[in-house]
Amino acid sequence: MTAVAMTTPQGWLLVAAVLLPFIGMMVGLVAGGRHAARVAAVVIIAGLAIAAVTVRAVLDAPQVYLLGGWAPPLGVALRADGLAAAMMAVVAVVIAGIALYARRDFATPPCSAEARAPLAFWLLLLAVWGSLNLVFVSGDLFTLYVGLELLTFAGVPLVCLDGRGETLRAALRYLLFALLGSLLYLLGAVLVYGAYATLDIAMLAQLVQPGVLSWTVLALMTVGLLAKTALFPLHIWLPPAHAGAPAAASAVLSALVVKGSWFLVVRLWFDAMPAVVTFSAAQLLGGLGAAAIVFGSIVALRQKRLKLLVAYSTIAQIGYLFLMFPLAFDVAAGTMLHGGALTGGLLQAASHATAKAGMFMAAGLIYAALGHDRIADLGGVARALPVTVLAFAVAGLALMGVLPSGAYLAKKLLLDAAASGGQWWWTAVLQGGAAFTAGYVVLVLTRALRAPPVPLQLATKVSRLSEFAALGLALLSMLLGFAAAGLPAGLISNPLAPKELLPTLLVVAGGFALAAALARRPLFGDGPWRRLTAAAGTGFENADALLRRWPTASLALIIFAAAFGWLLHTGTPA
Amino acid sequence: MMMLFDVGLVVVLLGLAAWVVLARNAFAAVAAFIAYGLLLTLAWLQLHGIDIALTEAAIGGGLTGALLIGAVTRLGSAPPIAPATSMTLALAAVAAAATTAILAACVLALPDPAPTLAPLVADNIAATGVGNAITAVLLSFRSMDTLLEAIVLLFALAGAWSLGADSAWPGRPGFAQSAPPNGILAYLARILPPIGLVIGIYIFWTGADNPGGKFQGATILAAMWLLTMAAGLTDAPRVGSRWLRAALVAGPLGFIAAGVLGSVSAGAFLALPAGHAKPMILAIEIALMPTLTLILALLIPGPPQRVTS
Repeated sequence: MTAVAMTTPQGWLLVAAVLLPFIGMMVGLVAGGRHAARVAAVVIIAGLAIAAVTVRAVLDAPQVYLLGGWAPPLGVALRADGLAAAMMAVVAVVIAGIALYARRDFATPPCSAEARAPLAFWLLLLAVWGSLNLVFVSGDLFTLYVGLELLTFAGVPLVCLDGRGETLRAALRYLLFALLGSLLYLLGAVLVYGAYATLDIAMLAQLVQPGVLSWTVLALMTVGLLAKTALFPLHIWLPPAHAGAPAAASAVLSALVVKGSWFLVVRLWFDAMPAVVTFSAAQLLGGLGAAAIVFGSIVALRQKRLKLLVAYSTIAQIGYLFLMFPLAFDVAAGTMLHGGALTGGLLQAASHATAKAGMFMAAGLIYAALGHDRIADLGGVARALPVTVLAFAVAGLALMGVLPSGAYLAKKLLLDAAASGGQWWWTAVLQGGAAFTAGYVVLVLTRALRAPPVPLQLATKVSRLSEFAALGLALLSMLLGFAAAGLPAGLISNPLAPKELLPTLLVVAGGFALAAALARRPLFGDGPWRRLTAAAGTGFENADALLRRWPTASLALIIFAAAFGWLLHTGTPA
Repeated sequence: MMMLFDVGLVVVLLGLAAWVVLARNAFAAVAAFIAYGLLLTLAWLQLHGIDIALTEAAIGGGLTGALLIGAVTRLGSAPPIAPATSMTLALAAVAAAATTAILAACVLALPDPAPTLAPLVADNIAATGVGNAITAVLLSFRSMDTLLEAIVLLFALAGAWSLGADSAWPGRPGFAQSAPPNGILAYLARILPPIGLVIGIYIFWTGADNPGGKFQGATILAAMWLLTMAAGLTDAPRVGSRWLRAALVAGPLGFIAAGVLGSVSAGAFLALPAGHAKPMILAIEIALMPTLTLILALLIPGPPQRVTS
């Protein structure tokens, strides 16, 4: 993000990308009933076009818009660099996919003019979209705070759309913990203004010096945003919220909403305060990511219900998004660098957004068709709902990073950065992490492919459109690797060469081993070794229950803020 | 003398804050929170932040207090929460003390004199036509934030409405209120609103050049409406009402329309045309006023709960 003090010719696109969904939400509220879905459809088509044109414009030059004609620090600038444009495009596509999926689930019933849940869903979908676009393009720390608030208020009601008591509890838990995170972020923004009299990210990058203020600011803001992103061990709110929401809403929350606060961490570390970051602080952030992968995947394997399994897999996938931070730190320059690692992280986010949306949709369809989502009783579902199970499988393979998925390319880029930066330990995390992902994908697929003890009776016929929307998003994630066209040659080699095939086979074998060892019910057979591994699994579950209690989570928030502050302080050369 | 007053104010504020945290009874905690908000208003006055003082009194103490009282009333039948273990309390105390120490170190590390944008605002305020620097920041230099804040409020109301029961959709928020027609509440609800209406509109109008503004004014208007609702003299509108919904979005949509007008006449979205800046600001504020009043008032009764009046 460079400081350009002029509105660029196509800068107005950024204003349109933010305000169009908001205008749609307001028009939809007035029109009401069935019209809300129609307004959403029109806005989605227009929004896709805006995102496409923005990407085209940003490929030529970063776009800037000075709101009200006032230049920072007095005014607020919207800026779109490659990062912002890429995220805008991904979000637009995923929103469109989710909207297709939700057409039947959230249709207004024919007998009434307006129903609560459908109206709320379509309005909130647009609200989330506009808020995310604001987070991507805002160049001002306070406007970003407003963006975070918009995102929270749009996301929380999605959790409890079905109105059950337990989902209300989950929504309240999400709201309270997210507000705690917002407050820490706001506290950081206040201190920044007090120290530098500007909130503009590009100006701050020039002004910020390491010191007690900037260490505290970065630590507070980072931890606040991690709480909103639900990075382990600050994931207190995520499992009940993402598992309890209706499938389309889960897809919005899991694929998109958590990316908003993650993107802000990227902005802070790479663009606002890159010179304040230290090697050890970046290692801690990556370490939390690695812990999230192991912990989230193992607890996912221990779940009885499919939607909870997918929710815990989100915790693991959020971990992946933070692996790029240590790899993007340049030790010689002592600063965060835009480069291959950041591109890898961005691709990771894009492939997770598409695959996870597809996975939640598939899980939702299975739930609707069977009337339950007990993993142990999934037998026969592959025959009854082949497209849906295929969508789940493709999404799972994409998350594992099988060629040519976006996650594969992301892994390549990150491995490359680890090798060139001499941080070999992240190579182990990147290679091993895929086996953990393979674990729960293998578990679900083996259950779904089994023959049922009694012939399956489907509770309802699922919508074809919904099935293909899920499959479409999963396939998109799987094909994202072709984005490599613009990357250095030699990054992708023949997938059937032994050098490529062996790691893939090892990942799948590792997944089978993990699923056999840790699944709640024995997958292949029982034995004394299972007792040992099952006990370890129970240990992880108990640890998870402890971490998701309010006192533990609140203390973890403060402890990690202190840890980041300390590592920023001690890591800075005197 | 003033010094003594300030020290006393700080001591009482800290005491009330501790009371809010430590009170075992939720209602007592809320009562202390409201008192805390009112005293914080005095603190802002002492710091010459009159606009912030007004906002704190209206939104921080007043509206939030009313929302919290509503929440406590509804929680009346909920089982009490188990008290924290002494281990948790000790850890929390250490964490709180450490946080306070670090924040204190940060405040002391802030540069002195503080770098500020105030001179830059003073240099450019003439272009906005208003005399109150805060109004200039909120409606010209950083008007995008104000627009987005209005949309945040709309999201909050939409979120609150979405919690209603399906059977009550699109009915009226809250429970039907009735008060004895000759009681004190009904009496006040007849006497106070005319006065509150004048004060609310004055605070809004004077905000262009003096402390005040639409948020503070709208809160007073909302309070007057709520008073008549509580006395059973008026009823909350149906959430399905087209008129209500149109009024709810009129403010932000009007703001956006003014912004688009700016991009045509003054070269940038949300820019104010030279020479017509002040009328534009007033037009935006007048458009926002009914929206803010409606949202702030309707957040109190909450989701729709009944189909009939």
